[in-house]
Amino acid sequence: MEEIYRELVKIVGERFVSNQPEERFLYSRDPGTMEPHAPDWVVMPNTTEEVQKIVRLANRQKIPLVPMGGGLVLSGLSRPLQGGMVLDMKRMNRILEVNEASSYVVVEAGASQGMLQAYLKKHHPRLKHSIPDAPPIATIGGNVLIHGSGHLSAAGGFHSEMLNGLEVVLPTGEVARIGSCSASPYWFSRSPLPDLAGLFLGWHGTTGVVTKLAIKLFPARPWNDVGIFVIEDPELAPDIIRRLARVQVAEDILAWMSPKPDWARGFQMINIAYGAETKAELTLKRNLIRESVRPYLERKVGGFMPLPPDMKVRFLEAPQSTLAVFADVNKGGGFEYVGAIMPVELFAPAFRKGLEIAERRKVPYSLGARIVGLAHCMMFFYAYAFNRADQADVRRAQTALEDTNALVLEMGGIPWKAETPAQKQIIKKMDPNTFALMNRLRAVLDPQGIMNPGNWEA
Amino acid sequence: MSELKYDQKICTKCEKIDCLTRCQHIALELEEARQEWMKILAGRDSRVLHECLTCYACEEYCPYHNHPFYLIVDRQEELSAWPVPVPLTKQQIAMMAPKGQIVAQKVSAPVINLCSFPMLAGCIQGKLFAGASIIGGNDLFCNIMWLHFAKNSVIRERLPKVINNLMDYYLKVSGVDELICFHDECFGTYTQLAPAFGIEVPFKPVHLFEYLTKKLTELKKEIRPINAKVAYQRPCSNRLVPETQHWVDEIFKLIGAIRPAREYEGENALCCGMVVQAAQRDDQADDLQKRNVDDMAAAGAQYCVFNCPMCFMTLKGMVAERGMTPILISDLCRIALGEGFWG
Repeated sequence: MEEIYRELVKIVGERFVSNQPEERFLYSRDPGTMEPHAPDWVVMPNTTEEVQKIVRLANRQKIPLVPMGGGLVLSGLSRPLQGGMVLDMKRMNRILEVNEASSYVVVEAGASQGMLQAYLKKHHPRLKHSIPDAPPIATIGGNVLIHGSGHLSAAGGFHSEMLNGLEVVLPTGEVARIGSCSASPYWFSRSPLPDLAGLFLGWHGTTGVVTKLAIKLFPARPWNDVGIFVIEDPELAPDIIRRLARVQVAEDILAWMSPKPDWARGFQMINIAYGAETKAELTLKRNLIRESVRPYLERKVGGFMPLPPDMKVRFLEAPQSTLAVFADVNKGGGFEYVGAIMPVELFAPAFRKGLEIAERRKVPYSLGARIVGLAHCMMFFYAYAFNRADQADVRRAQTALEDTNALVLEMGGIPWKAETPAQKQIIKKMDPNTFALMNRLRAVLDPQGIMNPGNWEA
Repeated sequence: MSELKYDQKICTKCEKIDCLTRCQHIALELEEARQEWMKILAGRDSRVLHECLTCYACEEYCPYHNHPFYLIVDRQEELSAWPVPVPLTKQQIAMMAPKGQIVAQKVSAPVINLCSFPMLAGCIQGKLFAGASIIGGNDLFCNIMWLHFAKNSVIRERLPKVINNLMDYYLKVSGVDELICFHDECFGTYTQLAPAFGIEVPFKPVHLFEYLTKKLTELKKEIRPINAKVAYQRPCSNRLVPETQHWVDEIFKLIGAIRPAREYEGENALCCGMVVQAAQRDDQADDLQKRNVDDMAAAGAQYCVFNCPMCFMTLKGMVAERGMTPILISDLCRIALGEGFWG
C-alpha cells in the first residue's frame, strides 16, 4: 500500500494524494443515502498525462479506480465499492476555449458549473450553458456523463445531447478523442463520424476517465421572463406540457409539486422560462405560450400566476436556490432523489404514486418534472429530505427511494443515475442481449476490470 | 351570511345605468346596458359577468351608492362566472389564509396597519411615523381582494374574523380606537365594503393620506419642496372611497409636488393591470399599462407615486424604464422632509 502511495506522490505530488483517514472518510460517501465505502487513496491529477500515469499504475496493480467530479451525484456512484483509488478531477478545471462563432466551450472535466457560468458572464455575456439545479461546484463533465438536464433542456435536450466531443483516457491508459476534435482543430460536433461518445455516456465511470469535453452554448438573452401555469388536475399535465413545449420558445419547462408552502399543496405548477433579444420579442413569446394553452384558459381549469416582476426573480435563477432550502428541510443536510426518465404521458400516475410513497413512508417530499426537448420525455423527480444524523430518518428515505425506483420501472420509466441496487433492478428488466453487449464492450475497454467496479453489474 | 345592502328598486328606476355605460372596459350603449343590468338583477347570466375586469370603477360611477360592483361579484360567484381560472383562485385563497399565529400585543397610537404587506415595515420610519406601532400579517389581511376573484363568500367569512383580530389582539387590549390604514384597500374595506355587507367595524379607520396630511402640516417648517411633477397611480380600491382623493392634492401642496394634468386621472384612472393579468387577459393588461405610463410620461412626470404596494410592484419597472422614479407616497413625503426613503 505504501508503495502505491509513493508512486502516486511521484505522479501528482504529495499535496494531491492522500491515504489518511480524514480524506478516506470524506470520499467514502455523498450526501445521499447509500452506505459509505472508503477508498484506499484519493488522488487529484492536474493533467491528462497524470491521469494516464495513474490509470496505467492502477492497471499494473489491478487497483479499482473511480473517477469523481463534484461528488454530488447523490446516488453514490463515486463511492469506491471495492476500495482502490478515487480520482478527484477538481484540479482539472480549466476553461480551455470558447468558440463564439460556433457556440461551444471546451473545458477540462473538473470545471464546475459555477465557474463556467461566471466565466461566460464576464467574458462572453451573450452566451450561456445549460445549468442543472445542482450546487455550483457540480462539474460540467460529471453532469454530461450522467445524461443530466438543466435550464436549457427544453431547447437543447439532455446535457449529453449538448456534448460536441470528448477527450478520454481509456482504462488501459491511451488517450482518445471523440467527435470532430478527433480529426479537426474544432470541437464543433459529434457528427458525422461514428459516434463513440456513447461508450462513455451513462456508464458511471466504468469505461474510462473523461479529461476534456466540449459542450454547446446558447444565447444569453437580455430580456427574460417566466410564466407559472397552475393546474389542480395532474391528468391535464401531459397535454399542457406538450402544448407549451411545442411552441418552441421555452428554454426550460419545469413542473413542481410540493406540500410546502401551504399554497402549493394540491396544485401542479409548471414554470416556463424564456428569453428574448427585445421586449417586443419577449411579449410575442409570452403571447405564443399563452395561446398554446388557450383551451385550458377558456375552461378556467388552469392559468398563469399573476406575479409582479420582483416576485419572478427567484424563478429565473439558475440554479434554483429554493431546492437547497428543501434539501435541508429536515436539517442534517440529507437529500436524495430518484430522477426517472420517462414519457410525459406518465405524469399523472407518476405524481399520484409519488404522493402515495411519501405518505406511506412519512418522508418530506418534493416532486417535479424537467421537460426534455419538445416534451419528448421528462426527468420526473421524487426528492426526499432526511437528517443524516438520524439513522431512522435515513432508513425511511432509503426505503422511499427503493419503492420509487421499483415504481418507476413498473410504470415504464428508467431511474436516472441509478444507485447500484437500482442498476440491478434495471438490468433485470433489460433485454439480456443489451446487457451482454454492455459487458462485451466493457471487457474490451477495461480488460482488468478496474473502472468503478460494482456498477452496471448484475 | 351577510346580505349585501342593496336596493333593487333604485336600479330598476335608474335611467342612466352609469355603472355599465361608463365602464372603461365593456362597450355598452344605454339600451343594451339596461338589458344586461336587468339580467344581473334577475340573477341571470350576462356578458358583463364574463367581461368585467373587476376594476371597481362602477362602484364609484353609481350616483346612488347602490353597490353595483358588489352585486356583479355576487352574481359572478352565484353563476360560477369566474374571472380568474379556478386553480389560481383556490391557490390565492390558500396563500392569503389567516395563519393563526397572531399574539396579543400592546400598541400605542398611532397604530399603522400594513395589512398583508408586513414587508413594508421599512417604510414606517422617520419623523412622520415617530412613536408609531406597526401591525400586519395575513391574520390582519383585509380580504378585499376577493372582489377580483368573484369570491365575496371569502370576504364574508374572513373579514369579521380579521376585525376581531384587530380588536382582540391589538386595539382593545391597548385602549386604542384608531387604526391608520397604510393601504387604501383597508380603508375602503373598513369604511365602505364592510358596512355594505352589514359587517360592523368597531374602530375608527384613518386613511394614510389623512394621517400624512396632518403630520406634514405639523412638520411644515421642515419641508423642502419636491419641486417636481408627480403622477399619482390611483388604486382600484380608491373607487370605493373617492372622498379621500382631495388628500392627495393636499399632500402634494404640502410637499411642493406638482400634479400634472393627465388624461387618466380621477374617475378616468386606469387599473395597474395586475388583476387583468390574473384574469389571463395580458393583451388588455398591456394596453392599460402602456396607456397609463405613456400618459404619465406625456404629462412630464418625474415621479410616479403609489399607495397600493401591488400597483407599485406591478408598474415600477415600466415607470422606471420611462425615466420616472416609482415611489410610495410615504417615501415621497420622507424625501420632502430631507430623509432617505426605503422602497
